[in-house]
Amino acid sequence: MSDLVYILQQMINAVSLGSLYALVAVGLSIVFGVLKLTNFAHGDVMMVGAFTTVLLIGVGMPFIPALFCGILGAALAGLLIERIAYRPVRNAPDVTRLLTSLAVTYILENFGILVFSSSPRNFPLPDALNESWQFMGGAITFTNINLLTLALTFASLIGLGWFITKTTLGLGMRAASEDMSAAQLVGLDVNRLIVVAFIVASGFAGLAGILWAAQAGVIQPQMGFTPLLKAFVAAIIGGFGSIAGALLGGFVLGALEIFIVAFLPDAITPYRDAIVFSLLIAFLLFRPGGILKPNREIKL
Amino acid sequence: MNDSHSAMFKLQGLQVRFGAVRALKGISLHVNQGEVVALLGANGAGKSTTLRTISGLSRPSAGNIFFAGQSITTFPSTKIVRLGIAHSPEGRRLFGGLTVAENLRLGSCSRSDTDGIAADTERMFSLFPILRERRPQLAGTLSGGEQQQLALARALMAAPKLLLLDEPSLGVAPLLVKHIFEALAELKRQGMTMLLVEQNMKLALKLADRAYVLRTGSIALHGSSAELLSDDRVAQAYLGAAQ
Ligand SMILES: Nc1ncnc2c1ncn2[C@@H]1O[C@H](COP(=O)(O)OP(=O)(O)OP(=O)(O)O)[C@@H](O)[C@H]1O
Ligand SMILES: [Mg+2]
Repeated sequence: MSDLVYILQQMINAVSLGSLYALVAVGLSIVFGVLKLTNFAHGDVMMVGAFTTVLLIGVGMPFIPALFCGILGAALAGLLIERIAYRPVRNAPDVTRLLTSLAVTYILENFGILVFSSSPRNFPLPDALNESWQFMGGAITFTNINLLTLALTFASLIGLGWFITKTTLGLGMRAASEDMSAAQLVGLDVNRLIVVAFIVASGFAGLAGILWAAQAGVIQPQMGFTPLLKAFVAAIIGGFGSIAGALLGGFVLGALEIFIVAFLPDAITPYRDAIVFSLLIAFLLFRPGGILKPNREIKL
Repeated sequence: MNDSHSAMFKLQGLQVRFGAVRALKGISLHVNQGEVVALLGANGAGKSTTLRTISGLSRPSAGNIFFAGQSITTFPSTKIVRLGIAHSPEGRRLFGGLTVAENLRLGSCSRSDTDGIAADTERMFSLFPILRERRPQLAGTLSGGEQQQLALARALMAAPKLLLLDEPSLGVAPLLVKHIFEALAELKRQGMTMLLVEQNMKLALKLADRAYVLRTGSIALHGSSAELLSDDRVAQAYLGAAQ
């Protein structure tokens, strides 16, 4: 009985972590789809979202409106990054574009340090969200922020699903990911699609950044690095460039990390990240298209 | 035949280069309203480059493209489609991960007349009945011939005034080639203006009113289909570039 409860608790944790990875990975995949570029700045857009929210809470805005403003702030940051940094090098060789994306990362992180200093700060989460629910005498515990994370993740993912299957803009975004020139030939405005892709992807990064920071309780300028790396692994496991693949990979990775710690011997637990990255290497070597897209070549 | 002043579509001295390669060395041609014009030539002659440049995917280094009385040489692809030039590209280039219905929907993305789009979708299903059955299926899972029909239908969904066709028989089983060319003949009867690139010379000349023969980036010959069908130099132009 208590085993079952323990497993249930770990499953809750897995979905909770997985949904954060999925949120980040989805954005990474959307940008990769339309630009064939691994957007390293994606993690820093998360930071922009989280910092915007914290700043607004600091000047007295309630959490929920501040969260939505944080998402908007991140989306705006994505829009500017595309316009200022990526558009001029859109047709440049891959190496140039990759370096551009790294440069944007450094610029944003240093900007974050300049404005907020590099030391971590507390995330001012309202007490109501820290309240926890306990079942079975405390064996199953989750907080309101866990619940909010799940609710917002699923709501936003359902919204995304609607967008990419029902709207011309969303279908166009998928079409452009598959074949940019064919998308142009049917008359899609690819500039506009790329801008939309950045706004959507960055909005997701912002949401993920805020929820990540809220759960961790701290923010700092480099906070996007770890989630970005994990989301990258998730996206590759699922199938890079595919939105469904990113979702799948996010939840698979979340479950894997939680279960390694929860169910494997304590001696193995410290090697959690090593196991995860070994899995990444294994996928790159043997199934580079990920779970969903076997044998499709991927490019950094 | 030389009424190029009143032509609906016109290329004037079009040149395209890829680095050191001169793919088009200054070609001029025209297409009149309601006419089907074939663009023939051997592999690498520059046929696809011509169509891609018309659609704005490649930019000419010199020359001009006129359509419906204005120069569209520097227009972006979106604007060219909106003006009424649709392009069914070589190799079909469908969105394989999207359904047949979604491919058709994107074909009409340049339009906003909901009723017209619905009517044209129906028209596509009667022109290519197999597409109606395949509506919810992913385009990537269709056979070569079905894909080609979808590629044509997708281009037609833009309600074009000029249809650019790049090798509609490529990779299609002979029986379906016949079906596709019957559909094109039907479109012609309905008054559709077309610029047709086709490897199968006989098939192309049967459908077309006139033809131009490209040879390594220049127009080697042009004339009415009847003239060209009986002209040995057409066949030579194909062989010529292969030597
Ligand atoms: N993007 C490109 N970069 C470099 N060279 C190109 C490019 N596109 C076409 N070319 C060259 O331009 C010339 C014309 O090519 P094009 O594809 O227009 O020929 P084609 O007549 O359509 O041939 P095919 O019958 O094989 O389709 C060829 O020599 C080709 O190698
Ligand atoms: Mg060609």
